[in-house]
Amino acid sequence: MSRPIELPRWLDLVVLPMVNLAMAFAVSAVVLVAIGQDPVQVLALLAKGAFGSRSGLSYTLYYTTTFVFTGLAVAVAFHAGLFNIGGEGQAMMGGLGVGLVALGLGNALPAWLLLPLMVLVAMVFGMAWAAVPGALQAWRGSHIVITTIMFNFIASALLIYLLVGPLKEAGNMTPESRPFGAAAQVPGMHQMLAWIGLEWPRTPLNFSVLLAIAAAVAVYLLLWRSQPGYALRTVGHAPDAAAYAGIRPRAQIVTAMAISGALAALVGINEIAGVHNRLMADFVAGAGFTGIAVSLIGRNHPVGIVLAALLFGALYQGGAELAFEIQGFSRDMVFTLQGLIVLFAGAMAQVAAPALARAYRSVRPVPA
Amino acid sequence: MTATTAGAAPAVAMRAIEKRFGAVHANQAVDLTVAAGTVHGIVGENGAGKSTLMSILYGFYQADSGAIEVEGKPAIIRNSHDAIALGIGMVHQHFMLVETFSALDNVMLGAEPSWFLPRARATVRARLDALMHDTGLIVDLDKKVAELPVGERQRLEILKALYRGARILILDEPTAVLTPQETEQLFVTLRTLRERGTTILLITHKLKEILALCDAVTVMRGGAVVLDTRIADTSLDGLAQAMVGREVHLGRAADAKPARAGELLLQAEGLQWRDPFGVLRLADVSLSLRAGEIVGIAGVSGNGQSELLDALAGLLVPQAGTLAVEGAQFAPAHWLRPDRARELHIAHVPEDRHRRGLVLPFAAWESAVLGYQQRPRYDHLGWLRQPVMQTDTATMMERYDVRPRDIKLKSANFSGGNQQKLVLAREALTEPRVLLVGQPTRGVDIGAIEFIHGRLRALRDGGGAVLLVSSELDEILALADRVIVMCGGRITGELPIEQCTLQKLGLLMSGAESDTAAKAA
Repeated sequence: MSRPIELPRWLDLVVLPMVNLAMAFAVSAVVLVAIGQDPVQVLALLAKGAFGSRSGLSYTLYYTTTFVFTGLAVAVAFHAGLFNIGGEGQAMMGGLGVGLVALGLGNALPAWLLLPLMVLVAMVFGMAWAAVPGALQAWRGSHIVITTIMFNFIASALLIYLLVGPLKEAGNMTPESRPFGAAAQVPGMHQMLAWIGLEWPRTPLNFSVLLAIAAAVAVYLLLWRSQPGYALRTVGHAPDAAAYAGIRPRAQIVTAMAISGALAALVGINEIAGVHNRLMADFVAGAGFTGIAVSLIGRNHPVGIVLAALLFGALYQGGAELAFEIQGFSRDMVFTLQGLIVLFAGAMAQVAAPALARAYRSVRPVPA
Repeated sequence: MTATTAGAAPAVAMRAIEKRFGAVHANQAVDLTVAAGTVHGIVGENGAGKSTLMSILYGFYQADSGAIEVEGKPAIIRNSHDAIALGIGMVHQHFMLVETFSALDNVMLGAEPSWFLPRARATVRARLDALMHDTGLIVDLDKKVAELPVGERQRLEILKALYRGARILILDEPTAVLTPQETEQLFVTLRTLRERGTTILLITHKLKEILALCDAVTVMRGGAVVLDTRIADTSLDGLAQAMVGREVHLGRAADAKPARAGELLLQAEGLQWRDPFGVLRLADVSLSLRAGEIVGIAGVSGNGQSELLDALAGLLVPQAGTLAVEGAQFAPAHWLRPDRARELHIAHVPEDRHRRGLVLPFAAWESAVLGYQQRPRYDHLGWLRQPVMQTDTATMMERYDVRPRDIKLKSANFSGGNQQKLVLAREALTEPRVLLVGQPTRGVDIGAIEFIHGRLRALRDGGGAVLLVSSELDEILALADRVIVMCGGRITGELPIEQCTLQKLGLLMSGAESDTAAKAA
C-alpha cells in the first residue's frame, strides 16, 4: 500500500513549483557567488532585462511564443504516451513549408490569403514529418524517440541541401533564401499596436504570440473537452483500456504525432515569417529541445506550459541582457541557470514533495 | 522440535500497533499474539489492515507507534533483512521469483554462500535436499521457474523462506492460484511444518481454509481487531459476521429458481488461438449462451479462460472458429471488434479492471463512459457532453452504491470493490443482452461480493445471458446455472449445476493436464 504522496491541489500546482524554482535560484546564487558575482545584482538585472522595459518585455514574449509551440507539441504527444523529441525537425519542416509558399506565391497572392496559407502549409509539413515516425511506431514498433531524433538530422540535412542549392539566393554567401517580400511578413506587434494608435518599439514580437495563445486554448479543448482527445489520453494512460474501449491505438498514435508536429511547425511562422522574412538554416536553434523542458516543467498542461515558456523566454532575454551588462558574464552562465531550473523543476520536481507534505500535515493534522 | 507447550513465549507479539497513511487509519491499536508452533489465521476484507499489519511485521513499513516482540524479545524491524534475521519469512501472493533462473538459483539469490557459483550451488543443493526431505516440499531444483507449475513455484517460495532460517512463516493468500487438489497438498505441507515447530501466519479471505487449517484466528475490520479466538470456539458464520459486521449470504440461495434458459443469444464454434510463442491457448472451444442463464467457466487461472473471454469480446482474433451473435456471423478474417460487440449488446466486465476496465488517472466520470465515448449520448460533433456524462455517472454510483459518491474522484482512488461496482454499473447501464464477466470479485471485499452477485443474478433474471469466468469455485457454484470447465485451452467438461461437486470440478480442472503434456512433448 505504498501510495505516492498526495498533496492538496493548490500545494501541488502552485507551492511546489515555487519551492522548486526557489531551490534552483538558491543553487544558482551559490554558483554566482563562487565565480565572484553578486547574486542579488545578477538576478535583479536578469528580471529587469526580461521585464523592465517595453522592448525587453517584447523580446521575452517573442521567445516565449516559440517555446509555447514546442512545449505544446511535446505535451500532446506525451498525453498519447509518446515522447516526441523531434520538435526540432518538425519546426524546421514548418519553416520550409512557410518558405516554399512565400517564395512561390509571395508575389501572386495578397497578404490576407497568403498568410493563412503559410500557416496551413507549415502545419501540414510538420504533420507529415511527425506522422512518419508515428506510423513507424504504430505499425513497425520502431521506437519514437529514436526515429524522431533521426528525423531531426534528416530535416536539418534537407534544409541545408535546399539552402545551399535550389533555394539559395544568388550572390549571397550565407545559406539562406532571398527575402520573401512584404506580403509574406507576419505583422509585428509594433505594427498591430500602431493600428490602434499605440506606440511600441520595433521588436521581433509579432502576431504569432496570439497564435500561440490560441494554440494553447485549442490544445486544452482538444485534450480535455473533445471525444478525440479522450481517445488520445486513454491510449496514453492505458493502452489496454483503449483497446477494450474499441479505440484503435495505432490511429491514435499517428494522429497524436501529426498534431504534435503541426504545433511544432508553427515555430516557422514566428521565426521565418514573423522575423527573418527569409528561409534560413538554423532558425530553430534548439527550441525543439527546450520544448521538452517547458512541457516537463509545465506538467504537460497548456496553462503550465505557457507559464514555463514565459520563464524560459525571460531567461533567454534577461540572460542576453546580462551578457551585455556584466563584465565577464557569458551566456554560458545563463545556460547553467536554465540547467538548474530544468533539474529542480523538471527532473527533481517531486524531491521537495515529502517535506512539503510533512510541513502541511504538521500545520493541519489529519482528522481522526 | 515439537510443538511448543503453553507458557512458552509467543512467536510473535504485536502490541498497540498504530499506522496511518494520510487520512487512512490502516491499523488502530492492533494487538496480535501468535503462539509458537501454531497456524494462526488473519482474515478481513480488503482494506481491513491485515496486509499492513503483516508488512509492518516483515519490515516493509514502520509502525507509527506500538511494540513488536519476536520469540519473547523486543524487536525493531526496519526492513526485510531485519525480519529475516529474526527468523521471519514471507511468501507473497505474487511470487518473487526470477522466471529465467533455475529453482536452485532462485533460492540462492542474495544468499550465496560463496562467490564461486558452482561451489555455492553445491552447498545450497545439499542443504536444500535435506530440507526437502524433512518437509516434503519437493521441487525440481534444476528446472527454470518459468517451467514450474504454480503449485511448485509456491513450494519453492516456502523453501526459499525456510532456507533463510524462517521459523515464522507469513503466507499471503496462498491458495488464490491453486486448484482444490493443490490446496489440499499445500495444507498437508503446512501441517508438517507446524509439527516441526514452524509458526505460520496465514492471511486469507477464504474462511473455510481458516477452519480447516488454523489453530487460532484474528479477524480485522476497518483497521482494528474485532475478533481474536481459538478455532474451536468459532464457526463459519461467526467469522463472516465478524469480518463484515453484519450477516452475509454468499452461497447459493436455497430457493434459487432453476434457470429457464431461453433463446440462443451467442454461439461460438471451434475457437482456436495460438499465442505468438506458438502455445495453443484455445483449442476447439465451442459454447453457447442462452437468455436467462449464467454460465460459469471454471478452471485454474491461465488455462484459456481469459483468451476465451477476449475472443468473445472482440479483443482477440482467433485463428479458427466462428461466432454468431444476434444474426451476425463472424469468422477470423473479419472478427468482431470491441465497438461492434457493444452495438450487438455484448457488455464486458474485464478481468483486469486496473489495466482495462478503468483508466486509473481519469476522474470517475471519465472512466464511467469508457467504451461508450462515441455514442451520441456522450459525443456531440466530437465534443464530450460532460454534463450528461456526469449525471450518468451519478446515476451509476447511486444504483450500484459506489462509495464515495464523488464523480470527480480519480478512478485510482476508489477501493477495489467500488472500482468493480463502477465498471459493472457502466456495463449494465446499457442493458446488455450478453454480459461477459471476468473475475468479478477478485480483490473485492465480502460486502461488495454479495452486492455484485446480486446484480449478476438480477441481470440473468431480466433475460440476459451471463458468462462468468472465475477462479473462485465457490463463486461459480453460487452463481452459475451451468458450469464449463477449462484446462489447457480446451473444454474438459460441462455440467449442469445440480451435478457439480468440488471433487468433480477439481478433477476436470486438472484432468486434461496429462493429455496436453503428451501433446507438448
